[in-house]
Amino acid sequence: MGYTLTRSEFDQVLSELGKNYRLYAPVLKIGQGRFTDTDVVIYDFISESSEIELEKKSDFSFKEILTPLSQTLFFFTENVIKEADIDCSDAIIFLRSCDMHAVKRLDQIYLNNGKHVDPFYKKVRDHVKFVLIGCPGSFQECFCVSMGTNKTDDGYLFALNYSGDQFDVDVKDAALNELFEKAGAAAKEVAVDYVTENETKVTIPETVPNSIYQSDLWKEYDKRCVACGRCNLVCPTCTCFTMQDAFYTDNGKVGERRRVGGSCMIDGYSTVAGGGQYRRKHGERMRFKVLHKIYDFRKRYGYDMCVGCGRCDDVCPEYISFSNIINKVNAEVKEGE
Amino acid sequence: MSMTNNNPYVSGPSEILDVIKHTEKEYTFRMAFAGEVKPGQFFEVSIPKFGEAPISVSGIEEGVSVDLTIRRVGRVTNMVFEHMKGQSILMRGPYGNGFDLDLYRDGEIIVVAGGTGVSPVRGVIEALSLTEDAKDKHVIVGFRSPDDILFRDDLKNWEERLDLCLTVDGAPEGYEGKVGLVTKYIPEIPLKDVEKARAIVVGPPAMMRFSVMGLLDKGFKEENIWVSQERKMCCGLGICGHCRVGEKYICLDGPVFNYTESKDMID
Repeated sequence: MGYTLTRSEFDQVLSELGKNYRLYAPVLKIGQGRFTDTDVVIYDFISESSEIELEKKSDFSFKEILTPLSQTLFFFTENVIKEADIDCSDAIIFLRSCDMHAVKRLDQIYLNNGKHVDPFYKKVRDHVKFVLIGCPGSFQECFCVSMGTNKTDDGYLFALNYSGDQFDVDVKDAALNELFEKAGAAAKEVAVDYVTENETKVTIPETVPNSIYQSDLWKEYDKRCVACGRCNLVCPTCTCFTMQDAFYTDNGKVGERRRVGGSCMIDGYSTVAGGGQYRRKHGERMRFKVLHKIYDFRKRYGYDMCVGCGRCDDVCPEYISFSNIINKVNAEVKEGE
Repeated sequence: MSMTNNNPYVSGPSEILDVIKHTEKEYTFRMAFAGEVKPGQFFEVSIPKFGEAPISVSGIEEGVSVDLTIRRVGRVTNMVFEHMKGQSILMRGPYGNGFDLDLYRDGEIIVVAGGTGVSPVRGVIEALSLTEDAKDKHVIVGFRSPDDILFRDDLKNWEERLDLCLTVDGAPEGYEGKVGLVTKYIPEIPLKDVEKARAIVVGPPAMMRFSVMGLLDKGFKEENIWVSQERKMCCGLGICGHCRVGEKYICLDGPVFNYTESKDMID
């Protein structure tokens, strides 16, 4: 069912939803960027539509709602171990098509890789629903069309097109129709906007032979990449975490075990007992990350990990372009054929 | 050990039945464990407030205990060494595929192990030493120096039962045993039929690489060689991502791999 709403009607819907759900959406934080006088778009709670940043790509993805940057798993007090309480509030996340596809990748790793379901993730995930934000056009560095993530057909409550003070929605969850009608929404045929062409295009090689893993093309990044790991942090599909135990300095008998976001680009990611490590060179780390996103993951699960959101390109302090690397890899694969 | 709930991150207490001291830095902790377990699998040993560490199973007494041979090299292992017989340590597992003993019992085999790499294959060597044709089971074990030699009692037993070559990388003058890297002794191993012979290689990355090269040079078939890999692992469950190599997760798909698989695994 489709509807068209004014801003105030849409706000009424949000306010009703807000009674039962926490609403998370991209929010523009003025002056809170990494550098002086820069802004940043991150996910935060919202209660009305004016708080949602719809004109910009979010710098960080929604993923921290499902996989917090730092999440306590256990508390230790003397000999007692207590599983940490996980906030299981029902939540609705506003996100775009590429990120909707990223949810599938997070679920793959946390719920469906080994024999075990990650219980901490599942508790949060079971209480999360989504609203799809339509994309009337492509942002810079996006390459969702090449990755096939520009369209999403299901998995969300409703999809949202925006234009000034007009909001058009395509409601997937019929239980919500009443809510929209009560708010005064007028029925309208709505097809969610999606990107049909990006300026940035990539070609993913079908297979990546071992020669590419050992290719010289990665050497460029030994120097260019500073191994800061920002690409991993903003990536909606990076899921790695590192376990960290700590005790409180004012009472050593009390402590906790937490997991924190891991980055395959940062020192220590592969360090084993005694100090041995793999992939010392930054170029090797770049290769490890890139080929996971566009090949290794697919070999295991049948689809690519990268969703083409381009956030890694937006955030790289060395202006390294992930999409360029993909195309370089593809060219070299073609050359070797 | 019983899991208190369905949370796979929860570890359970296991009593230390014995502590066997090999060197200053390497002890074997014999832990009460009644579940099913194979050589080559590993446990996550947990010291609350300090962390968890993946430790290979170095011995199994079915239904009674598992041995964990631990080198004191970090935060967690230092704390493990503070524990004594009779106390308990938390652990969860076993994880990984482990060695399938049936693959190795019959016929000729060379096991090449370096340093703490002996731990994961100790159960395999023990089983080989009890076969009827144990003289066709060749074991090359290397340690850094005479002071670093682990499992001395086992080595004595194995020397009597199978073809054992114990070597050290370097030794002070006057040392009477063999000196040299394990790779030096691979060509000397007498084999009746190298086409059919199997091999297991476990140890530090460089040692494994050169040992496999030595075996291939000797005429071993790739599909007859197995290796066991070591990586950083934070969960043991295939979630944390640290042990991934290509599309494989060492904790789920390994740590034991046939060489035909592992040769294409590029870190």
